[in-house]
Amino acid sequence: MDQTPALTDIAHTSVTFDDGIVLDCGVTLPSHTVAFRTYGTLNSERSNAVLVCHALTGDQYVAEESPVTGKPGWWDQVVGPGRPVDTNRFFVIGVNVLGGCMGSTGARSIKEDGSGERWGTDFPPVTIRDMVRAQKQLIDHLGIKRLFAAIGGSMGGMQVLQWAATYPDAVFAALPIATAAYHSAQNIAFNEVGRQAIFADPNWHNGQYWRDGSIPARGLAVARMCAHITYLSEEALTRKFGRRLQGARKDSAEVLALFGEMFEVESYLRHQGSIFVQRFDANAYLTITRACDYFDLAADYGGDLANAFRGSKTRFLLASFSSDWLYPTAESRSIARALNRAGANVSFVEFPTDKGHDAFLLDEPDFHRTLAGFLRGCAMHAGLTA
Amino acid sequence: MSTHDPVRFVAKNMRLDLELIARTIAPGSRVLDIGCGDGALIDKLFTEKGCDARGIEIDMAEVTHAVAHGLPVMHGDADLDLAHYPDAAFDYVVLSRTLQAVEQPRAVLRQMLRIGTRAVVSFPNFGHWLVRWQLLWTGRMPMTATWSRPWHETPNIHPCTIRDFFDLCETEGYVVETWLAVDDAGQRGPWRRFRRLANLFGEQGLFVLRRA
Repeated sequence: MDQTPALTDIAHTSVTFDDGIVLDCGVTLPSHTVAFRTYGTLNSERSNAVLVCHALTGDQYVAEESPVTGKPGWWDQVVGPGRPVDTNRFFVIGVNVLGGCMGSTGARSIKEDGSGERWGTDFPPVTIRDMVRAQKQLIDHLGIKRLFAAIGGSMGGMQVLQWAATYPDAVFAALPIATAAYHSAQNIAFNEVGRQAIFADPNWHNGQYWRDGSIPARGLAVARMCAHITYLSEEALTRKFGRRLQGARKDSAEVLALFGEMFEVESYLRHQGSIFVQRFDANAYLTITRACDYFDLAADYGGDLANAFRGSKTRFLLASFSSDWLYPTAESRSIARALNRAGANVSFVEFPTDKGHDAFLLDEPDFHRTLAGFLRGCAMHAGLTA
Repeated sequence: MSTHDPVRFVAKNMRLDLELIARTIAPGSRVLDIGCGDGALIDKLFTEKGCDARGIEIDMAEVTHAVAHGLPVMHGDADLDLAHYPDAAFDYVVLSRTLQAVEQPRAVLRQMLRIGTRAVVSFPNFGHWLVRWQLLWTGRMPMTATWSRPWHETPNIHPCTIRDFFDLCETEGYVVETWLAVDDAGQRGPWRRFRRLANLFGEQGLFVLRRA
C-alpha cells in the first residue's frame, strides 16, 4: 500500500469567489474556489435547478464518469435523462463541498499567503453551514434565486437540512435522505477511529505528508474500512460474504493462519480501503468528518429542531432505509416530527432493504419511483411546466 | 412495523365514503387525513377543492404508493404522531373508518380537535341490525361484510355504535355540527331525525365535530 499513488491534482470546472467567506470558526477565507458540474438546461425563468449535495467522500461528478477513478457518476442511477432526477427536465448542479479535495478549496489547496504551501492541517475547521454558504454563493453566481429542489443523502442530507433552515425561501423542495439532524456519539466515535488511524500512520508527518511525496495510505485505508462497515448492514455482509474463505482453501493448517486475507470479507474491506486512498486526501477526510461531527442543527435553534423550520413553505421528503444503522429511520422520523411541529409540509417514507446506509446509492426501485413521484408532485405545485 | 404487516380495515365502499367526507370540507382549507391509505382523499381535495391536504398512514406500502404519486403523506401512527402537530394547524382533521382500530380513540379524538378546528370522523356502526342479529341468534361474534375478520385477528379493537359515539361526544363536550348514517350501499341514509333507526340500519356513521 505504500506505493499507492497519491491523489493527483487535475483541472475541475470551478468558480473562484474573491469577496471572502466568513467561516463559523471565525476565520475568513479571503478567496475560495467552488468546483461544480451541471447537467441539463436551466430554463429561462431559472426555476428548474436541482442542487445535489454529496456525502462524506462524494464529489461533484454526480452523473458522469469521474475523471479520477474513471467510474460512472456516484448517483448515475438517480440523476440523468429519464432518471428520477430527470436532466431532460431539471438543471442539476453537483458541487464539491468546501473542505473537499476535488477542486473546491480545502486542505490540499495552496494557501494565499504567497508561501506556495498547501493548507494541510492549518486549514480552518469548516461546518456543514459553511459548506452550504459556499454553495449559496455558487447558486447566486449562476443567477438562480430559488432552487426547485435540494437533494442529498447522508452528509448530503445534512446540507439539505441546513439549506432549508438557512435559506428557506431559496428551496422549494428539500429531500434529505438517509440522514440525521445531528451526529450521535456513535457517529462521532466511528469517525474518531478513522481519524486516529490516519494520525497513527508513520507517513502522516503531522499532516504535511505531501512534502516527501508520501501519503498516510494505511491510515486512510483503515479509516475507510472502518467507515465502510457502517455503510453496510449485518444482513448484507452475511449475504455477500458470510464466513466464506478466500480462495476456498481446504488445507486446514492454512485455514487456521493467524494473519493474511483469510475471510472474503477481509479481502473486500482491504480492497475498499486501497482504492479509496487513490481518490481521497487524508486531510480532507479529517476536515469533512469533523464537519459532520460538529453538525447539530437543533443546537443552532435553541435546542428545538422545529425552530429551524418554523414558517417554512418548503415541501420536504424524508426518506430512510430499514437496515441503515448509521442514520437509522428513527432519526428521519424525529426530523419529520420536528417538521410537523413547525407546521411544514412533509412526506416521510422508510424503504425496506437489507443494504444498509449505502442503499441510497444503490438500485432501490421503490426509492427511485418515490423520488420521481415526489419531484413530479412538487413540480406541479411549483408551476413548473414539463 | 416491519415485524408484521398492519392489518387494515377495508371499507365496503371506500370511494363513496370519501365522496361523502369530501362534501363536508370547504374549498381551500387545510386538511390532515389520518389513515389516508393511498391518498385518494387528499388527491381529491387538492385537485377538486384546492385544499392544502396532507396525510398520515401506518402502512408503509400505502405511504410509498401515495408519495410516488406526488402526494404529501408521511408514515405515522394516529396514536403516536398527532401529538407533534401544533394547535389549530388544520381546518379539518379527517379520520375515515379508522377510529375503531386505534389504541386510544378518546385521546385520538382529543388530539384531532386540538390540532384541527373541525374533526370529520367516520366509523362502521356496530349497532347495525345484522351484527345485533348474529350475536343474538348464534351467540358468536358477528361476521359480516363489514366486520369480516375473526375476533382474534381483527384490527378493530374498539368497535362502537352510532349511539355510543353520540354519548362520547357529549361526555367530551364536542359539538356535533352535522352527522349522517350511511346505508349498506354507501348512500346517505334517510334516518337523520331518528338516531335509533340510524343506529339500527346505518352501516356507518359520519360526524363533523368541533370544540364547544
